Amino acid sequence: MHMADALISPFVGGAGWAASLGLVGYSARKIKIAADDASVPLMGVGAAFVFAAQMLNFAIPGTGSSGHLGGGLMLAALLGPHAAFLAMASILTVQALLFADGGLLALGCNVVNLGFFPCFIAYPLLFRPIAGSSPNRARLSAASMIAAIVGLQLGALAVVLETKLSGVTALPFGAFALLMQPIHLAIGAVEGLATAAVLLFVWQARPGILHAGDTGAFSKKLVAALLVAALVVSASAGWIASSRPDGLEWAIAKVTGEADLVAQAPDAGSSLAGVVGAALTLLLAGLVGLALRRRLAAKG
Amino acid sequence: MASLDTGALELGALDAISRLDSPMQRLDPRAKLLATTAFLVTVVSWGRYEIVGLLPLAAFPLFLCAAGRVPLGFVARKLLIAAPFVLVLGAFNPIFDTAPREIAAGIAIPGGWISYLSIVLRFALTVAAAIALVAVTGMNPVCSAAERLGAPRIFVAQLALLYRYLFVLAAQTQRMQRAAALRAPGRRRPSIALFGSLVGHLLLRTLDRAQRIHLAMRCRGFQGQMPLLRPMRFGLADAAFVACWVAFVAAVRFFDLPALLGRLALGSWG
Repeated sequence: MHMADALISPFVGGAGWAASLGLVGYSARKIKIAADDASVPLMGVGAAFVFAAQMLNFAIPGTGSSGHLGGGLMLAALLGPHAAFLAMASILTVQALLFADGGLLALGCNVVNLGFFPCFIAYPLLFRPIAGSSPNRARLSAASMIAAIVGLQLGALAVVLETKLSGVTALPFGAFALLMQPIHLAIGAVEGLATAAVLLFVWQARPGILHAGDTGAFSKKLVAALLVAALVVSASAGWIASSRPDGLEWAIAKVTGEADLVAQAPDAGSSLAGVVGAALTLLLAGLVGLALRRRLAAKG
Repeated sequence: MASLDTGALELGALDAISRLDSPMQRLDPRAKLLATTAFLVTVVSWGRYEIVGLLPLAAFPLFLCAAGRVPLGFVARKLLIAAPFVLVLGAFNPIFDTAPREIAAGIAIPGGWISYLSIVLRFALTVAAAIALVAVTGMNPVCSAAERLGAPRIFVAQLALLYRYLFVLAAQTQRMQRAAALRAPGRRRPSIALFGSLVGHLLLRTLDRAQRIHLAMRCRGFQGQMPLLRPMRFGLADAAFVACWVAFVAAVRFFDLPALLGRLALGSWG
């Protein structure tokens, strides 16, 4: 469920970046205060572990299909919410840069959708209270299942909201939500199953390993403030998005004094010129590329 | 995500390209990061029905690939792997947006098809630019550039570690997978219980490894920062690179370059 650059507007991408930069800064500060630099290799290698673990598939009981680990909740249970959030942010960065999952502009949104919700909402508000301070099999399984499902539902909802606010796709909000939420109910259940299986094993093999530090990522006051801020932002963003179809376009129009830069219905002459020009542009770009390649090859 | 075993080989290819020596690889990573950001913002800033305006922007990834000796087939393969999500989501546009739009005199097609094509084009442009950026820069210099531009040091250090150990843990996972498969012939995938124990063991080994890595890093004087082989220096060439590309994408955004070029070619200037 990675958001892609192709589907977002600069406004939504920028908001996602602002939110995730703030959270990365906040988490980095928290970790610096809380622990020595031993946490750096642990986070880095832990993040690499999530990548590796995603290669392992398991058979989903009762169906013919297979599932794998997502990782956000699992990392939170092992490293605590702040370190887990940084690890998730770095995983998503690597996915955006090397696997072309999502994109650089959508990275902020993805960090919020797949990092913030499991680490800062599902883990402290659901996983820890349900697992309790002395977990047992049933509690660990229930905590993993519920927290994974809720975390993914929130993430999926955020994808729908971001897509809607960006206005690049024509999908109506209701239809998109009806598509995304049930799919992610299933994905969340698989994620919960996988997380529970691994955590149960670790809890039996090395009980002390599960994160036993601070109970919650944020104080209740901060959570309340964040929720209010999110509501205000989404409400105002919705208003802006509905009254100004595209933030940047609107800004450009203001700057240049033109009402609309995009020609709505081109007349015959200019549209033919547009097609010819487009073809020429591509040809030119290709030729420049070819020439550069030749020159470099000649140089060796 | 594509399975990492094929992915890991491709990552090796990315690394190899970034170690080549060409003017593109020698540029300061910050310059490339800034130019790419300007490019990406320009691509996504167009309205949802834009196609022609986006085309000249293909010059940026093409230039990076050509000047940095990145094989275009390599970029195309990466594009194909990443394509499904965008292709599926965009495919709803022709269904929901059927109002006809005129593309040329007398020719109108449903708006949804135009915006679908636009989404696919944006996808190709943004993803190709990101891949080209990493290919001509290398993962670690991109990380250091992010740090120089203000990303928290602890985040950048662990991003670099993630990248370093990705290969190691992927190889270890493959060995575990093979061992499990050899001991359970005829079964395609492990059960959930076996999965828990496999991944759990991988995790325990990972934690031990992290401890050893930390000790080794401390022995070598690690103080929270990764050293760079190529020192970063933002020179005249870097400034010129950023300035040229920002000017180019701004020109593409504010003037209809393809139409101007087309009119010039057809001789109907003015």
